[in-house]
Amino acid sequence: MTPALDLVPIWTAILALGVFFYVALDGFDLGVGMLYNFAPDRSARDLLMNSIAPIWDGNETWLILGSLGLLAAFPVAFAIIIPAVYFPILLMLLALIFRGLAFEFRYRDAEHRTFWDHGFAVGSAIAAFAQGVVLGAFIQGFHVEGRQFIGSSFDCFTPFSVFVGIALMFGYALLGAGWLVIKTEGVLQDWARGFGRYALIGTCVAVGVVSLWTPLANASIAARWFSWPNIVWLAPVPLITLALIWYAWRSLNDRSEYAPFIAALALFVMSYLGIAISLWPMIVPGHFTLEQAAASQSTQAFLLVGTLVLLPVILVYTAWSYWVFRGKVRSDIGYH
Amino acid sequence: MTMHLDPEMLSRVQFAWVIGWHILLPAFTVGLASFIAFLEGAYALTKRPVFLHLSQFWLKIFAISFGMGVVTGIVMPFQFGTNWSRFSDAAGNVISPLLAYEGLTAFFLEATFLGVLMFGRKLVPPSMHFVAAVLVASGTLLSSFWILATNSWMQTPVGYQMIDGRFFPKDWFEIVFSPSFPYRLAHTVSAFYVTTAFVVLGVGAYTVRRGQWPAEGRMMLRLALWFLAMFVPVQIVLGDLQGLNTLEYQPAKLAAIEGLWDGGRGVPASIIGWPDAAAERNLAELAIPRLGSLYLTHSWDGAVKGLKDFPPDQRAPVAVVYFAFRIMVGIAVLMLAVVAAGFFLLARGRLDQTRWYLRLCQVATCFGFVAVIAGWTTTEVGRQPWTIYGLMRTADSVSPSLTGANVLASLLLYIAVYLVIYPVGLSLMLRLVWRGPVPSEEAVALTGGRPQSPIETLTPSTPETAR
Repeated sequence: MTPALDLVPIWTAILALGVFFYVALDGFDLGVGMLYNFAPDRSARDLLMNSIAPIWDGNETWLILGSLGLLAAFPVAFAIIIPAVYFPILLMLLALIFRGLAFEFRYRDAEHRTFWDHGFAVGSAIAAFAQGVVLGAFIQGFHVEGRQFIGSSFDCFTPFSVFVGIALMFGYALLGAGWLVIKTEGVLQDWARGFGRYALIGTCVAVGVVSLWTPLANASIAARWFSWPNIVWLAPVPLITLALIWYAWRSLNDRSEYAPFIAALALFVMSYLGIAISLWPMIVPGHFTLEQAAASQSTQAFLLVGTLVLLPVILVYTAWSYWVFRGKVRSDIGYH
Repeated sequence: MTMHLDPEMLSRVQFAWVIGWHILLPAFTVGLASFIAFLEGAYALTKRPVFLHLSQFWLKIFAISFGMGVVTGIVMPFQFGTNWSRFSDAAGNVISPLLAYEGLTAFFLEATFLGVLMFGRKLVPPSMHFVAAVLVASGTLLSSFWILATNSWMQTPVGYQMIDGRFFPKDWFEIVFSPSFPYRLAHTVSAFYVTTAFVVLGVGAYTVRRGQWPAEGRMMLRLALWFLAMFVPVQIVLGDLQGLNTLEYQPAKLAAIEGLWDGGRGVPASIIGWPDAAAERNLAELAIPRLGSLYLTHSWDGAVKGLKDFPPDQRAPVAVVYFAFRIMVGIAVLMLAVVAAGFFLLARGRLDQTRWYLRLCQVATCFGFVAVIAGWTTTEVGRQPWTIYGLMRTADSVSPSLTGANVLASLLLYIAVYLVIYPVGLSLMLRLVWRGPVPSEEAVALTGGRPQSPIETLTPSTPETAR
């Protein structure tokens, strides 16, 4: 069977975009959640929560789309990766339950507000950490026989994956701080900038360590980056990242309002690109390439028709809802 | 027997646990979203404050239940991967687009416009606010469409071809509109609407009984009664149609529902008894001869297959299916009685004064939920031992890497977390009901548009402090 048109690159792009939207969007609201318990007082916490209350649910929907997109475009990859990260996924789901419910419960359940405050902050932190562990385990690869994962459910916890978990917490915190610089003003904005600086330092250290650790642990990834002439072609990736770090630091220290968030997003783009370059063209590192893991042509085509119509519509109305809730967060919109 | 932890059995228990709790929420929010859209529309047309009060009141309850539905719903697609990876690998090519379409058509719509519905009343024009309510309701219905299409294909698989033990799509129209899908969709969505209407009926009765907000209470009571008068009979007919569909496509499930061991012509209808799988007969049974054939085939001596027509390893756990079905039907009879009594009182002009009836309506609040769980158990346990009916066994679907201890650990955590969040969520919704449909200062804030300090309004408000 020779397909008229190879859809795998299109699906790779859509899935990459979907996962990136999740990381960027839920990333900043998980980041807000992690900073939440450090907020100076309760009115500040109210503002923090209200800055994401109308949009967090839409943001988290990208997680469902990401996982179902993986199942639809690369079913065998889904069937191998998800059971291999059984416990990080479990932790993430339970953490997201507490965090998601905290929006309503904290407001309605005044007697237990402290519990739900912690549920929100700790839930956000654990969800971020668990996603980092999933990413770390994914980069490391899995024990596969045939079309199934056959290792132990605890294989995914290694020093490397735990470190990536911590790294992602810093990264999300940086995004969250950037978001809060946009949405708040005055003392609270200064506070967000302060935390943004800590998060940026943490992110830089983490990205640096992961960038060295990955090629050291994996010879083929090292060859990809350091062999001639790749080293020349790929040099812009670390160089642009360094420039972005400088730009992010500067923007957190001057008065620019959108620049810290944009810089943080750009840092995520570069890290994402770095991982993609390291693993390309594998979707299950060491076992399945994107082409080998792809769903049947018919499956890809059937879903693509609707996706090409629906995804732009979703992006339009998502953008519209951000526009409705634009500007500095007001104390009279949201939970009050 | 030594303790042996079976990852398959534990995974089934875990799936039953997370879906059982999750389904209670769509069972309520699918109908409630439509009800809120109706109230918003009614307010836009008539400008009667009672509709605005009710919409604002139910929207608060919706926000809690929908939020719980979202977070427990995110758990569901991951179960396919974590615990049922062999099923995902085998069926992914067929079911994944249906699940992905649920996300694309429904989840984003619901999530985005719920934000506008809840927080945007002051930010968007009233017409856009109404559109947001309609879009949230449409999202819940689209979600039901796709998830039930997926479930129906697993129950009555068609339009596929098998290659190397895996399922590949052949005809997408057949896959989406599989033989049981129209009946399952109609019966389930109607069940969700009826469930919501019984909650509105119960809350309306409670509100009338307290007498503080007579207009809102009476409106809820009447809206719910009229709706139920149409939908309870419709639901019973739809249930019968789905039963006939099951007879045609899943005869082993139907035999378990009927508790029918010996098939043949002119089979009896088992009213109640104890199905004994080992003895292959029902103990202490009350049965009516030939009636089974009559309502299943519409003929006194129509042929029906019995459980003994299927090998024991292709039969569902009969007793569970048998009793779950009878609970569902029993609830349906009670529902009819509640609605009939309500209309009798309404015709006599005594509906709002008959205390015992109002209390009965409060009890009936849970009827829909019990029936939904019982119906779900009937259809899901009834299709065992298959995940894809007749083709892929549940035992062959579970992830090979999992140990019993792994699944036990995750199951215990799911149990612990759900036992925290469901009681809290329920108590918060009950508190909103107790505070009544017109909490004074919130209504002022919403219509007056005055900015409020979060600190002031976060302290427990009037009804509690006045207590």
